[in-house]
Amino acid sequence: MKIIKDKAIVEDSWTHYDGTGDMPAGDLIVPHKVWKEVDLTGRKVGLRLEPDDHPGDIAGDLNSFDLIAINFPTFNDGRGYSYAKILRDRFGYRKEIRAIGDVMRDQIFYMQRCGFNAYEVKAGRDINDALLAFDDFTVTYQTSADEAIPLYRRR
Amino acid sequence: MYIYNQHDQQIVEQRAAQFRDQVKRRLSGELKEDEFRILRLQNGLYLQIHAYMLRVAVPYGLMSSRQLRMLSAIATKYDRGYGHMTTRQNIQFNWPSLEDVPNILDDLAKVQMHAIQTSGNCIRNISADQLAGAAQDEVVDPRPYAEIMRQWSTFHPEFAYLPRKFKFAFTGAKEDRAAIKFHDIGYRAVKNNADDIGFEVYVGGGMGRTPMIGKMINSFVPEADLITYTEAIMRVYNQFGRRDNKYKARIKILVHELGVEEFTRRVDAEFTALGRDGAVPLDRAEIERVAAYFTDPDYADMPDQCGALAQNLLDNKDFSFWHKQNVLPHKKAGYAIVNLSLKKPGVPPGDITDKQMLVVADLADQYSFGELRSTHEQNLVFADVRKEDLFDLWQSLRDTGFAEPNIGTMQDMICCPGLDFCTLANARSIPIADKITSRFDDMDYLYDLGELKLKMSGCINACGHHHVGHIGILGVNKKGTEFYQITLGGDATDTASIGRILGRGFPEDEIIPALEEILKIYIDIRTPGERFIDTYRRVGATPFKAIYEEFSLRGAEL
Repeated sequence: MKIIKDKAIVEDSWTHYDGTGDMPAGDLIVPHKVWKEVDLTGRKVGLRLEPDDHPGDIAGDLNSFDLIAINFPTFNDGRGYSYAKILRDRFGYRKEIRAIGDVMRDQIFYMQRCGFNAYEVKAGRDINDALLAFDDFTVTYQTSADEAIPLYRRR
Repeated sequence: MYIYNQHDQQIVEQRAAQFRDQVKRRLSGELKEDEFRILRLQNGLYLQIHAYMLRVAVPYGLMSSRQLRMLSAIATKYDRGYGHMTTRQNIQFNWPSLEDVPNILDDLAKVQMHAIQTSGNCIRNISADQLAGAAQDEVVDPRPYAEIMRQWSTFHPEFAYLPRKFKFAFTGAKEDRAAIKFHDIGYRAVKNNADDIGFEVYVGGGMGRTPMIGKMINSFVPEADLITYTEAIMRVYNQFGRRDNKYKARIKILVHELGVEEFTRRVDAEFTALGRDGAVPLDRAEIERVAAYFTDPDYADMPDQCGALAQNLLDNKDFSFWHKQNVLPHKKAGYAIVNLSLKKPGVPPGDITDKQMLVVADLADQYSFGELRSTHEQNLVFADVRKEDLFDLWQSLRDTGFAEPNIGTMQDMICCPGLDFCTLANARSIPIADKITSRFDDMDYLYDLGELKLKMSGCINACGHHHVGHIGILGVNKKGTEFYQITLGGDATDTASIGRILGRGFPEDEIIPALEEILKIYIDIRTPGERFIDTYRRVGATPFKAIYEEFSLRGAEL
């Protein structure tokens, strides 16, 4: 599957695994419960966060994960934006933060500002079109994960 | 007023381009309606009963004559020749076509206007005291802070998909004219003993089906912390506000369910953590840069007394009534604040035609430094008029239809669009408002009643603010028939209170007789000089329940 990572379209090397059925080979993105209960040695592990999973609850385990995937079951549930910000600014998480679920072109600009750097664009949408989202705005007012200085100090 | 620099301009132009692309993708079918709906709402575009409705932002209610001329041109070109002033100081167009909306946004951008975040589950247009900068009782001009917060909230990446809509209001005066206790966050700019500026912060006020009065969670947030403190509130809400039930998703429910102490504790903890994360305090230099756009206009130094005005007041009774009712004192000697009433029988409250807009723009240029304000009570204000010009201005306003001397009277009612336009409404409100303003059109009677805030909503969402009307009217639908419930005792000011339902609702043909009976009772039992709300507070609802004994009023259990 192709995803957007660091503003480029790349082939994804990760597989989602929810703990049921045969475990796929390779690097896996799993819920916290699966990470705790299933032997995943010998591979890279990514953590899947749902909106009800607060990052504060897994802060102590962050070093174990090479990726954090934040799920948006519907794009109008915006909790994941705060979670990405907290992971970056408060817990200093520097590896990949990936948006999954109901991810479309129209949310990606905000997502990258909050600290996401990878996106699984939802099925049926043109990933090339989604890539244009980074150019929607060339100016932003606020500080955010991608900009430490407010616009008024940059003018 | 604030003038865009190249960055501000770029942002509204890029927004217009972005929305043009979204409309294109909707028309091509790539975006489904349920996806497009959320995107268009963040740009103030609703799909109403008959057509799309576009809500244009008027930040803190301040407009230039040039902007008003553009709004007039839009009403002519893309609408049916009129606009509607809303209770958030915005202006709505009721009849644009979807294909035209990108062009309207381009036109708006030419005069530094937009429709950004005038709807949707995001931070909405910021409202403020319509007398800011001119009022006698003002401690701090709130407009620079409202503008700074407008910029900060514009496309804030973290808070674009909140549990529910979110409204800020600002005042910097002693008297609250901005209903700050009925907003998600209300800010009152104050000065401490050291003369430093800070804010009282009220959280969790609102109307809708669960009306609540905002609670003060901090009595002095220093101006340097305004943004970070707000960010802390927003982040607590974004993470913990309910998303399982849209009627329980506003921050007022979160504050209520957590309790104000626990909510405040979480905000304080988040504020402290944000400081450690590297939050940037608001610079004094930036406040001064923005405040430089809100300095006093070029007032002339004049004596406060104006001989010509005094003479005209003696000579012309109509003028003197208008002056008493619609003109307010000004902080600057020799100047006055003028309310333009958009309320009169035969016109939906808040409606203004394209031609009227052009006249008002010219009058603003001639008499009030080219600026005007919209009010949450759906009127307009010229904030800086010379007393010596009042008589001429009054004559012009009379010709335009905006000199009805009814500000603050029962005829100056707030009213939502209701079932004539709105998909949420249960009952019509504009036709009822017209019946009321037509029936209660005797000025002597209205003046005898004194200040009486009448507010009407066509459904429980309370866009017509009925909860805070001294008398409120709520339209409901029972088995296909419209009924109207009456509430008494609401108040949107510092002495905030929420009106209580008096009793059985009334069918449309009984609403006028019911109001007549209520007012009769008030007149009978009031003490000299006592306003309706004061009488109600003194005696309670019981004496007013006598209206149900009136044989002509059937009423209905709802």
